[in-house]
Amino acid sequence: MSSEAKKALFEPLVANNPIALQILGICSALAVTTQLSVALIMCLALTSVTAFSNLSISLVRNHVPSSIRIIVQMTIIASLVIVVDQILKAYAYEVSKQLAVFVGLIITNCIVMGRAEAYAMKNGPWNSFLDGIGNGLGYSVILIVVGTVRELFGSGSLLGYQILTPVSEGGWYVPNGLMLLAPSAFIIIGLTIWAIRSFYPEQVEKPDFEMQNAHNTSAHGSTGGAH
Amino acid sequence: MDLLSLAVKSIFIENLALSFFFGMCTFLAVSKKIETAFGLGCAVFVVLAITVPINNLIYQNLLQEGALAWAGLPDVDLSFLGLISYIGVIAALVQILEMFLDRFVPALYSALGIFLPLITVNCAILGASLFMVERDYTFTESVVYGAGSGVGWALAICALAGIREKLKYSDVPDGLEGLGITFITVGLMALGFLAFSGIQL
Repeated sequence: MSSEAKKALFEPLVANNPIALQILGICSALAVTTQLSVALIMCLALTSVTAFSNLSISLVRNHVPSSIRIIVQMTIIASLVIVVDQILKAYAYEVSKQLAVFVGLIITNCIVMGRAEAYAMKNGPWNSFLDGIGNGLGYSVILIVVGTVRELFGSGSLLGYQILTPVSEGGWYVPNGLMLLAPSAFIIIGLTIWAIRSFYPEQVEKPDFEMQNAHNTSAHGSTGGAH
Repeated sequence: MDLLSLAVKSIFIENLALSFFFGMCTFLAVSKKIETAFGLGCAVFVVLAITVPINNLIYQNLLQEGALAWAGLPDVDLSFLGLISYIGVIAALVQILEMFLDRFVPALYSALGIFLPLITVNCAILGASLFMVERDYTFTESVVYGAGSGVGWALAICALAGIREKLKYSDVPDGLEGLGITFITVGLMALGFLAFSGIQL
């Protein structure tokens, strides 16, 4: 595998994660993570849409005038999402009921659109396909982390199997109901971002305002107040 | 009374941004200043209040199973075309709205300017239309729901922008700076909005 392809596939996993670094595609990431199994299906759906939309957009990229490229991308993505939606309804009806509108919302998921615009319009089909898979997997990593934490601590199970026996069934674990509600997802993602940025300090954002050393009156050597 | 209850529900209890996470990307990216947040909030409100009722008409008269009975095709079910039609309507409407504002209300156009095109890919817009279809709202209900969820989204983004303007004076740990602390702030705001969840009119 060439280095370019390798970069396209593996870089989005952690180092250039679409959710944690580029703030793309968060909407659905948060909403479908109360159960790990649902989150996994969502990952699969999004990864396939991103991969194939990148592939097809990269194939037609030289034939599309730039003034109508957005609508062309939109149409391709929407058609792919309809296909995924119909497949889910046909083969995994229960899960598609739980995912409800969020499969449809893959259309407006910024990862798909963002990768189409930023990568597939400039690169060959194979690399674009890998980039799509890579970004889909990067999204999946965050979803799986959040889904694991929420399901494990919210209902004491993973993928439906009891891990921590809750008090209601004679065990010791008191399920944390907050984990199943919306706010916990925000907080878990915030903490995940903190963890990733502690490993990759170069991702840390600059504060909007630097603290000035207001009381540093020494005539020389005030480096903090200089900028 | 049902409509009032629906309005309260869509603004506070089922706030699109804070309980369904719709439009998070723009919600987090454009909430650094109250002014821009307010502009975007207004734009989202306008687009939601127009597109949800229009999509409702399209769904009920063209796509729903049996909706084409007037054309002599009572067995046709086009609901699988829903996604592509809704996004088409939204994209077209945003474009028309942009041209209309440019021609007739230039002041508003320059205020909303850069946000209008962004709105096409805002999940809140498509999400509200999809919820409208899923919950089978009538036309009147969809007008109230569209406007209500627009107000709710605008409220949430203005509140977040207010908090972030104050937040920039705080000394946040390095890794949390920016995105991380914003997520946690939104989490706490969502906790606050949970307080509305018991309200019934």
